[in-house]
Amino acid sequence: MGSDADASRPSPPIGAPSATNTVLELDDVSVSLGGRTVLEDVSFSLEAGEFCGLIGSNGAGKTTLLRLVLGLVTPARGTVRTPLGGRGPKIGYVPQKISLEPDMPLRARDLVALGLDGHRLGPGRRGPAQRAAVDEMLEAVGAARFAEARVGNLSGGEQQRVMIAHALISRPRLLLLDEPLANLDIRAGQEVVRLLAHIAAEQHIGILLSAHDMNPLLPVMDRILYLAAGRAVSGSTDEVVSTETLSRLYGQRVEVIRTHGRVIVVAGTDAADPTHDF
Amino acid sequence: MPSPSAAVTASLAPVFEPGFFSSGPVHVALAVGGIVAIVSAAVGVFTVIRGQSFAGHSLADIGTAGGSAAVWAGVSTIFGLVAFNVVAAGVMELIGIRRPRGRDLATGIVLGASLGLAALFLYEDTISSSTTGATVTVLFGSIFTLAPGTTTIVAVLGAVSIALLALLYRPLLLSSLSYDLAAARGIPVRLVGGGFLLALALAVSLSAVTIGAILSTALLIGPAAVAERLTRRPARAIAVAAAVGIGSVWIGTLIAYDSTVWLGGESLPVSFCIVGLVFVAYLASGLIARALPERRLERRPGARDALALPEVD
Ligand SMILES: Nc1ncnc2c1ncn2[C@@H]1O[C@H](COP(=O)(O)OP(=O)(O)OP(=O)(O)O)[C@@H](O)[C@H]1O
Ligand SMILES: [Mg+2]
Repeated sequence: MGSDADASRPSPPIGAPSATNTVLELDDVSVSLGGRTVLEDVSFSLEAGEFCGLIGSNGAGKTTLLRLVLGLVTPARGTVRTPLGGRGPKIGYVPQKISLEPDMPLRARDLVALGLDGHRLGPGRRGPAQRAAVDEMLEAVGAARFAEARVGNLSGGEQQRVMIAHALISRPRLLLLDEPLANLDIRAGQEVVRLLAHIAAEQHIGILLSAHDMNPLLPVMDRILYLAAGRAVSGSTDEVVSTETLSRLYGQRVEVIRTHGRVIVVAGTDAADPTHDF
Repeated sequence: MPSPSAAVTASLAPVFEPGFFSSGPVHVALAVGGIVAIVSAAVGVFTVIRGQSFAGHSLADIGTAGGSAAVWAGVSTIFGLVAFNVVAAGVMELIGIRRPRGRDLATGIVLGASLGLAALFLYEDTISSSTTGATVTVLFGSIFTLAPGTTTIVAVLGAVSIALLALLYRPLLLSSLSYDLAAARGIPVRLVGGGFLLALALAVSLSAVTIGAILSTALLIGPAAVAERLTRRPARAIAVAAAVGIGSVWIGTLIAYDSTVWLGGESLPVSFCIVGLVFVAYLASGLIARALPERRLERRPGARDALALPEVD
């Protein structure tokens, strides 16, 4: 699946630094939080234009890994390299949850505009060019309909789209999304995944998207970074999502079952009993 | 033939009791009150957005300690207020943690310590006969009896507070929404938060001088709460809050002045009039907001429901 995605992907724009297209590199990174090792010896790299799923169950360390990339968590060992100058408009981030007060005087479009210039000092005046960029972005994520509404009054899924627009409008090279599908229904989830895959290819952005279920991402993922038991494996979906690789990661026998275009990972040798726990 | 302005003055005579416009203290009160209303409104909108009303209220109480210490030391109350509030804001930021709950705890700790000091100084002020009325001044303000130099000090400190807010405007908005979101943009969130606390400390000090420590929260939060109901944009919210604040302070001052005549010698406390008007505005804004439809689903031309994407399969 990775190979035909490669064929359809446009080559990098002429003049772009072609020597290295790596937007993120983790080298043997370990993270401890509150005295506990949450991530151990994670190595991983991401190229511009790649769509990578960050998969793991609750508490596996997905949020921690994304915050690590942003420099909001410091590694106990190892190095994190982003050749984009670290935090700033070159890295877009959609946090897992942000709680917005319902009555806050801030429209959806104001939040998107802050993605453009929120880091600048002064009140700033936004000209027609900026307004057009905000409109275009709202349109692209399907949020134009509620652009004028108070952002705190929007539903979880609507806020999710506004947040994606906020992250994308500064034209980042790396986009980190923490469980963006959690608040969306299946159809909306598919739409967002397709949109992101489209953007990754078109604008040559590296995307790292976390989810506890890999299935909605299967059609678009170029790569997967799978977290379990504090450790990680990465590679193409076919390499990673196999009985051998995941059994080694979990440190016990797990079974990968492919059925009806879905992937199910179950514990133990008794594959017929998916309720068997780990 | 009477000039038009004379005619207007004559027709408004029942409203503006004799001497209102020629009284020196009234001029000072209107000028200082106007500045304080604008500063409180602008800072108040961010205070409400950030959910830091408790910090705002606490700084007012902490200001009580500063004000009473100033009276005890024989210096102008405003210096005591500003000094205590700025230091308190700094300490809150130092021990504050990034979550709102942590901020509240930090605020509460600083507040508790300061109230102890306030009790001490107010006690000292009360038993020393030379400063009778100090308690009343500190707690309820003194808009009609401001020292002559106060207007300048208030204008300068007010300008500092507004300038700080203008400088931090966008990073402050973003970090008020989410720590992680702002930090991901490279915004030094704690520095921005500290800058805001400084602006808040100045705003609260100024309103404590005018309408007193006890009521300054009303001027900080009230107009901002009104604005939040009436508009969806942050910049407009500041404008609406400023208008409500100025309106309340000026009309409140007028009512308090006039009340001397109506009540034959007695008068309504000016702070009571101002805060009463803020409250009336808040009640009215609820009715207005209910009448205004939230145009949530109003479509803009060309707006589409679905994503603007080519079908893949
Ligand atoms: N500040 C902290 N102190 C101690 N432990 C922490 C801290 N933050 C996270 N952890 C622990 O680290 C582990 C990984 O947390 P993380 O939030 O990264 O998981 P996640 O994969 O994002 O989970 P979810 O799917 O529930 O969002 C969890 O076991 C969590 O309890
Ligand atoms: Mg998480």
